[in-house]
Amino acid sequence: MDDEIQKTQEERKKMEQQLASMNTVTFDTEFYSSNKFEGYEKSIPVNDDDDTFDTENEVARKMASFTAPKQFFKEVPRGAGEEDEPSGFNKPSKIIDREDDYRRRRLNRVISPERNDPFLDKTPGPEVRTYADVMREEALKRQKEELMKEIAKKKKEEQEKAADKKEEVEKPAQKRRNRWDQSQDEGGAKKAKTGSDWDQPDSTPGIGRWDKVGDATPSVKKNRWDETPTPGRVADSDATPAGGATPGATPAGMSWDATPKLAGLATPTPKRQRSRWDETPATMGSATPMSGATPAAAYTPGVTPVGGVELATPTPGAINLRGPVTPEQYNLMRWEKDIEERNRPLTDEELDAMFPQEGYKILDPPASYVPIRTPARKLLATPTPIGTPLYSIPEENRGQQFDVPKEMPGGLPFMKPEDYQYFGSLLNEEDEEELSPDEQKERKIMKLLLKVKNGTPPQRKTALRQLTDKAREFGAGPLFNRILPLLMQPTLEDQERHLLVKVIDRVLYKLDELVRPYVHKILVVIEPLLIDEDYYARVEGREIISNLSKAAGLATMIAAMRPDIDNIDEYVRNTTARAFSVVASALGIPALLPFLKAVCQSKKSWQARHTGIKIVQQIAILIGCAVLPHLRSLVEIIEHGLNDENQKVRTITALSLAALAEAAAPYGIESFDSVLKPLWKGIRSHRGKVLAAFLKAIGFIIPLMDAVYASYYTKEVMVVLIREFQSPDEEMKKIVLKVVKQCVSTEGVEPDYIRQDILPEFFRNFWVRRMALDRRNYKQLVETTVEIANKVGVADIVGRIVEDLKDESEPYRRMVMETIEKVVANLGASDIDSRLEELLIDGILYAFQEQTSDDANVMLNGFGAVVNALGQRVKPYLPQICGTIKWRLNNKSAKVRQQAADLISRIAVVMKQCGEEQLMGHLGVVLYEYLGEEYPEVLGSILGALKAIVNVIGMTKMTPPIKDLLPRLTPILKNRHEKVQENCIDLVGRIADRGAEFVPAREWMRICFELLEMLKAHKKGIRRATVNTFGYIAKAIGPQDVLATLLNNLKVQERQNRVCTTVAIAIVAETCSPFTVLPALMNEYRVPELNVQNGVLKSLSFLFEYIGEMGKDYIYAVTPLLEDALMDRDLVHRQTAASAVKHMALGVAGLGCEDALVHLLNYVWPNIFETSPHVINAVMEAIEGMRVALGAAVVLNYCLQGLFHPARKVREVYWKIYNSLYIGAQDALVASYPILEDDENNVYSRPELNMFI
Amino acid sequence: MQASDRFNINSQLEHLQAKYVGTGHADLTRFEWAVNIQRDSYASYVGHYPMLAYFAIAENESIGRERYNFMQKMLLPCGLPPEREDD
Repeated sequence: MDDEIQKTQEERKKMEQQLASMNTVTFDTEFYSSNKFEGYEKSIPVNDDDDTFDTENEVARKMASFTAPKQFFKEVPRGAGEEDEPSGFNKPSKIIDREDDYRRRRLNRVISPERNDPFLDKTPGPEVRTYADVMREEALKRQKEELMKEIAKKKKEEQEKAADKKEEVEKPAQKRRNRWDQSQDEGGAKKAKTGSDWDQPDSTPGIGRWDKVGDATPSVKKNRWDETPTPGRVADSDATPAGGATPGATPAGMSWDATPKLAGLATPTPKRQRSRWDETPATMGSATPMSGATPAAAYTPGVTPVGGVELATPTPGAINLRGPVTPEQYNLMRWEKDIEERNRPLTDEELDAMFPQEGYKILDPPASYVPIRTPARKLLATPTPIGTPLYSIPEENRGQQFDVPKEMPGGLPFMKPEDYQYFGSLLNEEDEEELSPDEQKERKIMKLLLKVKNGTPPQRKTALRQLTDKAREFGAGPLFNRILPLLMQPTLEDQERHLLVKVIDRVLYKLDELVRPYVHKILVVIEPLLIDEDYYARVEGREIISNLSKAAGLATMIAAMRPDIDNIDEYVRNTTARAFSVVASALGIPALLPFLKAVCQSKKSWQARHTGIKIVQQIAILIGCAVLPHLRSLVEIIEHGLNDENQKVRTITALSLAALAEAAAPYGIESFDSVLKPLWKGIRSHRGKVLAAFLKAIGFIIPLMDAVYASYYTKEVMVVLIREFQSPDEEMKKIVLKVVKQCVSTEGVEPDYIRQDILPEFFRNFWVRRMALDRRNYKQLVETTVEIANKVGVADIVGRIVEDLKDESEPYRRMVMETIEKVVANLGASDIDSRLEELLIDGILYAFQEQTSDDANVMLNGFGAVVNALGQRVKPYLPQICGTIKWRLNNKSAKVRQQAADLISRIAVVMKQCGEEQLMGHLGVVLYEYLGEEYPEVLGSILGALKAIVNVIGMTKMTPPIKDLLPRLTPILKNRHEKVQENCIDLVGRIADRGAEFVPAREWMRICFELLEMLKAHKKGIRRATVNTFGYIAKAIGPQDVLATLLNNLKVQERQNRVCTTVAIAIVAETCSPFTVLPALMNEYRVPELNVQNGVLKSLSFLFEYIGEMGKDYIYAVTPLLEDALMDRDLVHRQTAASAVKHMALGVAGLGCEDALVHLLNYVWPNIFETSPHVINAVMEAIEGMRVALGAAVVLNYCLQGLFHPARKVREVYWKIYNSLYIGAQDALVASYPILEDDENNVYSRPELNMFI
Repeated sequence: MQASDRFNINSQLEHLQAKYVGTGHADLTRFEWAVNIQRDSYASYVGHYPMLAYFAIAENESIGRERYNFMQKMLLPCGLPPEREDD
């Protein structure tokens, strides 16, 4: 075997030399700028504040409908039912909880030790891992894997043989042979590096344990009992050669150490055998969180970490010994801690309370007594019967707080139990001075990381900044050695990962080329992000890898990832391929092409070829149409894979071609010329999965072709497709459907051909009930059928499936309905002849009536779409439909009633088209009778149906007449159900808008009172509709009464309610002209009550916002009021008045009201030193408004007095105003800057402005 | 800045303002402000063609020459910066 290794090594060396020659890569500088920091993401924002910053500023529409400023509608009152809590406050979730088994394989990976940076000008010492070393290790691993496979095969063969023999020989003999077999097994394992963790799953733990007990000599045991328990001990026990121990057995004595509580947990401890596979990553703890390099056993769920969990305060030594710990164990730890706290030693006070005051004496401790100080010894010493069988004196720490989590020294944030593993050493209160500089640095990094991870936002921010600033000082090694293990922590939460990833990102930017030795380490932890199910995690992962590749350079990236390309683990290869595609998009495809070519042609292993081709696929998926310039070379690189000897390689090649074609569509057919033939041959010779992949490739290439070729190729491929229609394989079915969809939508394919050759088989094989059961099949089939219908027309498709509307399977009927809906919505119903029309309506009615499932939308939409498409042709069927509806409105089941009412709102428009007003009137009466409905969902639908009818037939023709209908609606307004409220207020608003005269004013007033309640609604739409309705009602019955109601409402306590009231007042003022409202409003300001006065001011603010330039007539009227408000002691007065001034100024800009505005500005200006954020904001905005109305020069003159004020606080404020002035009107300021005197050195004059012709 | 308003909208406002060259702050010197004023003025002259034409007539120069001159003057509009006394 050594020969083999040597041979591989030589081959590797050769490969490396090839690689080295590729290291100097040139790429088109015109496409990829030479500045490598360009387009460099400098940071990932913590939240999306910056992005959403501008979205509010959309141009205000000029009163299309009245509405309050958005921020007021957004303030939703928070009542009892908090189901609409924003998702941002969800409980933090652990990443591991939502991962599947495949994704969890990330935990099997080991953070490899740093590697040599070949760009440094020195030869690497023997201790540094070079590329060659890594490649060698990989080769060894692969060989081992192969060997293991062979052994497994042999074993199996032997077992089979044994089984054969078993049949021949009778029972007693069989027993013996069994035992014999076993020892042979062991022998086999020995051959494959005895004791490597690889064998673990094979060996039966039960037998192993028994063997152990039998074999272990008692003397060894006794020795161990005598030892003082130290945390290091577990490692020692590894060294003791237990005679013929099977790997995976419990290390002897372990279970005795544990406290009885832990007995259940401690048993299945894995034994870490030292094999030479484990030796490479020797630095425990700092470099790798796991002590073994072999992934398989290092992380087994449910296994006790070696270091002894029961340590409440772990010592650094113990921490390093632990493997990563599973969540269950943490729970156990917590629980156990709790128990220990309850069983803690008694304090002096407690003892005092317990014993009588007399007759007892407190003795001094003996002089020789020294309390145990090292926590590890302390904890191990206390409970074990082994350590001291006698009474042990309880620990001395009296001041301990038992219930509250211990305060962290030095203002550190709270630590979760799982953090102790990483940050535990921060708790050792040692003198910082005693530490070596390196240790101090490490401590500092840990502190900062802990703050980033668990700290409050300000802590986090400063810590992050410090980490970034000092990154180069700390050095790449210490930083990454701390950060990366944290990211591998199994209990990591999303937010924590995000923060840590952000740290890496920032640090990367600073470290630049210093990261080179750590590239692989970083990749190991970042690659899993690329396949995370969370979109943002994927994006973050891509960003980091992209920045990493820009910092480290292509050569380093390739060197780091090359060994993973033919890794034995599919997971590693998969993530590596994705990472490579990110590198390609970051550094340019041309740079990567030579490497890809070499990998895809690798003779050594099919895995390398597979991964290489997969990289191409991922590139296509990642960068989309940007592959076009390199399409030909990419296709050339992978084309030989179609004829590869390995089936997986052939499959992935076809899939990559499909991805390339999809990305390139509709261009680039010429690049695929060379692969058409092999693909063609392939679909004839292959079967199963490979065939599916090949078909997919062809399916994506055909749409790129010219019409003629597309038609030809479609016909050719269709033979195979039709054959595969019958395939039972689900994957194949999906692909076939997809390909049919692609082919059919291509230009050159004739409808006749589809009709004759495809449709019969297609419908026979796919339109079966089974297809409706799987969600994905269902969707794909509907899509494909709709695509076919686009080609062949409605009648063909609908005609074929219309009968199935009466099928007995409901999911199938639903699928039919959805297809018909989409087809008819796309293409209309003009193709449908009278016979089909009859069948269709009949089928739809049947399907509608027979539905039982919860999701009624498909049927409703289908019904609506068909009826609307048919238009007036529905007339003959309307009586029948209405009959059904009426019958179903009376049904016992609420669901059925609701569906019936919903259906009315869908078809109301068509009924009007058909001139069935009488029928609608009839339905209106029926609905009116059902207004007593109990179920709110149904009531909401009934109101919706009424609304639809009213909308269509108008107020005058409505039956029941509006004057009867509205009083019936008033009590319903009290209903608290959202759907009812929304539909009811819409209906009432509609009536108020169009038919207010049908209802007496008193009724409207009654409604006004009800509407005030509606302002509390959670849903913005309801509040908006309510506020608008106030406007309609005021218009109908005059503003006085409505206004009186609203002004009274300003006295209520609830802020939300008051805000909406002010909006309503403003709207009333707007609809009924301001002069009808302003006197009463201004009079109300005299009420000596804060809420009322503020409400008035706010109304004024909205009012002036709504009326815009109309405000010029009212500005002089309200100025005295605003003067007063701007001088009020109350902050909110001044704030609201300032915002009123702002709206006023913006409205009357350029209309000659400057005198009043300057007057108001004089009152606003003293408020610039306010510190409350809302007030200062309003004041600044008022000043901005003044800039618009009065011109920049005026405001600049106000500004100049403070720009160079001796007090900094004053200067700061004035410069802030100056800056916003400057940004708003930079150009206008040029004319009005002050004249500065020249001094002896500098010239400040601007003579140009004095020129005069 | 106080601890309280480190996180409110106003700090963002200042951040936004700081992105523009030509905005100032409390420690701006007379010279720095004057440089900004001068540069803004020249930029404005160059940007408004009628202004350029006006200056050209007044100085009896071609418009292009005027534009060139203004651009050149933007380099050190007020001469060399004065020595800073504090450092």
